[in-house]
Amino acid sequence: MKRLFLWLPLAVFVAFLVTVAIGLRKPADTEIRSKMIGKAMPDFALEPAVASHPPLAAAHLRAGKPRLVNVFASWCVPCKAEAPQLMALKRRGVPIDGVAIRDRSEDVARFLAEWGDPFERIGADPASRVQFALGSSGVPETFVVDGKGVIRHQHIGDIRPENVAAIMAAYEAAK
Amino acid sequence: MSHSRPSRESGNPASVLSSAVPEKRDSRFRGNDVLLFIALFLAAPAFAQSTLPPSRYAYTQLEDPRREAEARALMETLRCLVCQGQSIADSDADMAGDMRALVRERIAAGEKPEAIRAWLVERYGAWVSYKPTVEPITWPLWAAPLVLVALGIYLARGRFRKKTR
Repeated sequence: MKRLFLWLPLAVFVAFLVTVAIGLRKPADTEIRSKMIGKAMPDFALEPAVASHPPLAAAHLRAGKPRLVNVFASWCVPCKAEAPQLMALKRRGVPIDGVAIRDRSEDVARFLAEWGDPFERIGADPASRVQFALGSSGVPETFVVDGKGVIRHQHIGDIRPENVAAIMAAYEAAK
Repeated sequence: MSHSRPSRESGNPASVLSSAVPEKRDSRFRGNDVLLFIALFLAAPAFAQSTLPPSRYAYTQLEDPRREAEARALMETLRCLVCQGQSIADSDADMAGDMRALVRERIAAGEKPEAIRAWLVERYGAWVSYKPTVEPITWPLWAAPLVLVALGIYLARGRFRKKTR
């Protein structure tokens, strides 16, 4: 019994080493999931981001049908990369609204002209307030909101071609 | 995993070398260094990314020093979301600036710091706060010092007993 006790510090140390080794081998997970999934869309009413599109308010997101809310910015490079995927979703009949983070209307207009325009409404979020209210921690992020205005799904980062099916499924599930 | 994250331009190592060679330390090279120094600061907008100027209270203190101290104390315990590992008080990222503005405006409006923390934790999870919360998963953290002190006293007691014998 006493001999067993003598081995205890070494056992604790080995357990510590194993924990550290596992932690080091695991790829770092730096994604911060929003805790707002399953909760009602926070209330907001934004100014229009560009003259060509009507502005976005939370009320538009509880109009009976699910919608996608894409948090983007003209200065964000991955937002350009996901533009074709948003256009593909639009072609499949998914209504998409945008929240433009810290952006100027002329920059948004140029962004839409260059990379495509999947949006019905775009709200301007010049001080990232709606982004904070959504629990979003970067651009781009895409939220699926059901007809009652409940956030159902969050996609973090740019939508790659292989992500379209999952977003489409989340959209169908929100119906 | 391709969130837009601020990136820094690295300095040109060649210029550092040239100024380190003693024979070449004339005013021309000094002038070059000064230019480089200025260029480093001009490069800051590339780090900030967004073209909009920072929010009003991102870099401006509140007029009331007591409120500012409250806001400051809170900002030092809130984690920056795009530069994970820095508090929002330490970060120059746009988003950290907007978060500081949010904190200051809410404090100025009379909101309690803990209410603002709770609002953020509700959205981002306990992760956003550097101040550990008391909940089952953090109980070992809070209990560890007590357990270690108790263990220390137990061990020390054995030692002292041996001495008095």
